[in-house]
Amino acid sequence: MSMTPSAHQTMLDQARWRWSESLFWLLSLAVLFVFPSKALLFSQIAIMGLFALSLDLILGYGGIVSLGHAAFFGLGAYAAGLMAKHGLGDPLLGLAVAACVAAIIGWLTSFLLLRGSDLTRLMVTLGIALMLFELANRMASITGGADGLQGMMVGPVLGLFSFDLFGKTAYLYALSVLFVLFLLARKIVHSTFGLSLRAVKGNALRAGAIGISASSRLVAIYTLSAAFAGIAGALSAQTTQLVSLDVLDFHRSADVMLVLVIGGVGWLYGGIIGAIMFTLMQDWLAGITPQYWEFWIGLVLVCLVLVGHDRIKIAIQSIGTRLSGKGGAA
Amino acid sequence: MLTILFDGIAYGMLLFVLACGLSVTMGLMNFINLSHGVFSMAGGYITAFLINRWGVPFLLCLPLAFLFSAALGMLLERTLYRRLYARSHLDQVLFTIGIVFMSVAAVDYVIGSQQQTVKLPDMLKGRIDILGGSIGLYRVFIIALCGCLAVTIQTLLVKTRFGSQLRAAVDDPRVARGMGINVNTVFAITFAVGSGLAGLGGALGTDILGMDPTFPIKFMIYFLIVVTVGGTSGIMGAFFASLILGIADVGGKYYVPQIGAFIIYALMVVVLIIRPQGLFTRSRGK
Repeated sequence: MSMTPSAHQTMLDQARWRWSESLFWLLSLAVLFVFPSKALLFSQIAIMGLFALSLDLILGYGGIVSLGHAAFFGLGAYAAGLMAKHGLGDPLLGLAVAACVAAIIGWLTSFLLLRGSDLTRLMVTLGIALMLFELANRMASITGGADGLQGMMVGPVLGLFSFDLFGKTAYLYALSVLFVLFLLARKIVHSTFGLSLRAVKGNALRAGAIGISASSRLVAIYTLSAAFAGIAGALSAQTTQLVSLDVLDFHRSADVMLVLVIGGVGWLYGGIIGAIMFTLMQDWLAGITPQYWEFWIGLVLVCLVLVGHDRIKIAIQSIGTRLSGKGGAA
Repeated sequence: MLTILFDGIAYGMLLFVLACGLSVTMGLMNFINLSHGVFSMAGGYITAFLINRWGVPFLLCLPLAFLFSAALGMLLERTLYRRLYARSHLDQVLFTIGIVFMSVAAVDYVIGSQQQTVKLPDMLKGRIDILGGSIGLYRVFIIALCGCLAVTIQTLLVKTRFGSQLRAAVDDPRVARGMGINVNTVFAITFAVGSGLAGLGGALGTDILGMDPTFPIKFMIYFLIVVTVGGTSGIMGAFFASLILGIADVGGKYYVPQIGAFIIYALMVVVLIIRPQGLFTRSRGK
């Protein structure tokens, strides 16, 4: 049985690379040359975007509400940090190892998420993140405990570009990693695997009835998402040359969820756009009220839920299509 | 040994009073509420305020803390939480985390981040010796009070008309409405009583657990463990889960301090692996 042409066409249309997307990525490169002094902030945005993208894979496409995604971010950060501390400072090697470590733990823990309700999943993800936090806190001889990991020596990227003080290399490095992983995620969610994942999220029982195994899909996407989050953590460790317990904190899991929700759940640009808005807002609010900016974050969350958090996504998407429409006509 | 066991039981009882409201709203009504600790914090702060500023006796503060938190719970339920019962779990999580962040920052701003202290009345200070173990009088008081509360709540839920209405409203709100039960009022009262109990727990726990603006975040995980481990069978599950958690936490911190809180998280994950629905479940009407 092949798909009807129209259904096939719809799927292809969804996966098509739009003109506005090229514009988005070109702009994200251009900001570095317009505001070179803000490069460190931009690299933070890129890393946060990647982290939110990884959460979107399980939340938006897998339907798993996780309150402990910082576990994988932290694992990646500590993996890359420890390698750099012990003389293996090559950034790309660090990324690869961080991805593997996070993926292995993600794969192992994904089996715990297959049973139970949303609440059970929430608790298991939260519990695992808290356990890792406690572990990192207690194993101070390895992780540096509350003082953080010190003495990281990160080598130049590809042996050519060393990290500078102003964060120019850091941003270009983080942006390229984000772009490559974004393309990969885009490929995956538009593949048949991605479509079957959406079927499972829509209705696991019916998906099972047409021969899609929910468990294997969820395990696969959770592992992938963990690897992405691990890479985000490693990027953060390498660009800031600092790993502290903060990478595993509950706040980080809650923040990344907020980031994703601001930008919109269930589309890949959601995490990145959310990261832009969140980090700029954080930067701005922290400038005004450094101590109490959490209050405003909370207020944003509450208002977003009351207003309906899909509105922003719909607004941005409609701008995107309008731009693409003009581009096609010109 | 006995002292630790006793401390663990007192701690568990305290957790039960703190979390039993949540076990009804979250376990039974299936509303994911991460902001339960906010009501405990309200209870703890109002107690500290009444005692330290106005010199109100401690025992009188307890019912006042209950009433204050209950009123706060009722107000927020009517204005905000009610809208979220039918929303997705993601929305509920986001909304209640937002409430937690706001309250933590607001309390920090208005009152300050220092630890609140409560002066206990003289009759609750001191220790007594039972079976060779030395036990704080305040802990005996907590165990007695919370034990009475547990029995009362269980009786209310199982034996009274309101309890039946609540169980009916939880099982199937539409049919309950059809039978003439005012579901909104039942939920509002339940939420208020649950918040009030949280406030009472906060007032009682100020001396043992400590009370500062981060209380809702620090103890959120404990409440959630009680509810998920306890399961959806009503408050008896939450009661046993609280006791296990209290004893494991106190015992773990005493015997193996180097792994600290690790033990309770591990315990929770293990329980949830073996029994994803919690220790005690009941077949739902649906």
